Amino acid sequence: MSNSSKKMKTYYESIIEKGYSRRDFIKFTTYMTAFMGFEASMIGQVTKAMETKKRIPVIWVHFQECTGCSESFIRSDHPLVADLILDHISLDYTETLMAASGHNAEEAKQESMKENYGNYILVVEGAIPMKDDGVYCSIGGRTAIDILKESAAGAAAILTFGSCSSWGGVQAAHPNPTGSVPVDAIIKDKPIIRVPGCPPIAEVMTGVVMHYATFGRLPELDSLGRPKQFYGKRVHDTCYRRPNFDAGLYAESFDSQEAKDGYCLYKLGCRGPVSYNACGSMGWNNGVSFPIKSGYPCIGCSEPDFWDNSPFTERLMNIPGIGIESSADTIGKVTVGVAAGAAVVHALATNIAKKKELREAEECGEENERNIKA
Amino acid sequence: MATTFNFKRVYVWELPVRLFHWVTVFSMLVLTITGFIIADPPAINTNVEATNSHWFGYVRAIHFITAYLLIANSIFRLYWAFAGNQFANWRNFIPYTKKGLKNIFHVLKVDIFLMEDKEHKLHNISIGHNYLAAFSYFIMALFFIVQVVTGLALIADTSDWWFPNMFKWVSNMLGGDILTRYIHHILTWVFMAFAIIHVYLVLFHDYVEARGEASSMFSGFKFIRSERVKETESEIIKRATEQMREGKTIETDIEETKE
Repeated sequence: MSNSSKKMKTYYESIIEKGYSRRDFIKFTTYMTAFMGFEASMIGQVTKAMETKKRIPVIWVHFQECTGCSESFIRSDHPLVADLILDHISLDYTETLMAASGHNAEEAKQESMKENYGNYILVVEGAIPMKDDGVYCSIGGRTAIDILKESAAGAAAILTFGSCSSWGGVQAAHPNPTGSVPVDAIIKDKPIIRVPGCPPIAEVMTGVVMHYATFGRLPELDSLGRPKQFYGKRVHDTCYRRPNFDAGLYAESFDSQEAKDGYCLYKLGCRGPVSYNACGSMGWNNGVSFPIKSGYPCIGCSEPDFWDNSPFTERLMNIPGIGIESSADTIGKVTVGVAAGAAVVHALATNIAKKKELREAEECGEENERNIKA
Repeated sequence: MATTFNFKRVYVWELPVRLFHWVTVFSMLVLTITGFIIADPPAINTNVEATNSHWFGYVRAIHFITAYLLIANSIFRLYWAFAGNQFANWRNFIPYTKKGLKNIFHVLKVDIFLMEDKEHKLHNISIGHNYLAAFSYFIMALFFIVQVVTGLALIADTSDWWFPNMFKWVSNMLGGDILTRYIHHILTWVFMAFAIIHVYLVLFHDYVEARGEASSMFSGFKFIRSERVKETESEIIKRATEQMREGKTIETDIEETKE
């Protein structure tokens, strides 16, 4: 495995070597150009870059995670998408998908990191536990913190694939027992591209790597560090059920006729209006579907700390810690009720406490009334 | 204290202040109602095709338009806090003076905890806002700013206008639109609670003091004890002339009522 990366080939060379035709290659570059959000006139430039640029090595490390991101990745749309990363860019190291194991794998990784120092892209999947010196995630006898620091040292850029490495994910959800943190809490001196999602869309990673290969720089990021071309729009804005939202046609339960008819899932807690992702336009599993299309509301998995915003099927999340868990509306109703109640009580108290004053004013007024000149 | 005092008409709320007040009332009503519809829309599911219906879109449009109206209205009021009369001035709203703090204490004692006002001191009569009420409006203004920036941050991504886009950072600072939306929702309840207390206390003052507190927001006038108001030049001359005619020695008791 490590031997294959010794002599770096161009993308085109390695794709042809793999047995794909040039036609497949052109189809692939066209498709990726569209995915990256460029105009059709850019196809030539992307194709040219793929033909001439050397492959960029990728090292993919796994920490606290469920490996769902890898699962999502290997089901990517175009077969070349996966091939490009896994077989061609470099499969120097990835715990889940590499054939080697144990010391051999670790050696291969060390070798590759040394060889490509300063040039490789580090893909991180999973959060890093910090509590108790990071003992809650150890691979080969070393903690995740160690491994991350070592791998990041020679990386040109870090791509955090999935919500765990981007925001902390499920293990960082309240109360975060292992003290999990995202990559950017530890690595401060490298450019970090967040590709959040639970799991994220596979093509996003390929898109970022290809963007880097084509232009020699990282794609434009939004202010939360996500590539704009994929995370620039809300799920709501690309949702095919959007017309139902504007028309006020909502499903109120999962077993209703409205749900079957594809009405808007807003009232079932859909986080589409507050979530930024490309689900509506790209989809998963060869573009077959995405949650809303399959009848389940968006849970906002690409947004920071989305696990803490439960329940997912309600528009308002609970406020924990105030006795029982209650929603903002419950507290709001109580507040308004207390305000109204206080006003009533105060009004009654006024009539008692200011009794004398009020009576005197009244008497005085009556007296003046009697003395009105005719 | 069964005495009748002489009262004077004082023009407290200028027309711009009154307009601001009622535009705010109207906007807040519309925004609260549409806001709650947006938060939890009624599912009026008819067999109409989505293409032929757009009511929820219109509710949102009304919410946004009214929000801009309220923002413009508030910017105007901010200007008027410098251009308006002494009762509209920004200094009323922040109790940074000893006088202001004392007044807050007095209002708390007499109006909120309903204790007896043993000594009726002239300077305790608030002509415009009392300092506690004014301070509560200042706090509400701060909440309102939060409400505005969270609202603009939420609309930023679907707006082409630079103005809401200026506030996108709010959402990022809060870690996404979810919390932003949540704060926007919670604050609505705060404004509702405030409105109830505010209206109640206006009626309370009107009831206890009978100085035209409630109607002042329509007419602009409040009725203030004449001792609290400095005599005008024409009044002094008029009185002096009368006294001269009656052969009395001239005595002008121009009180230094300004504390």
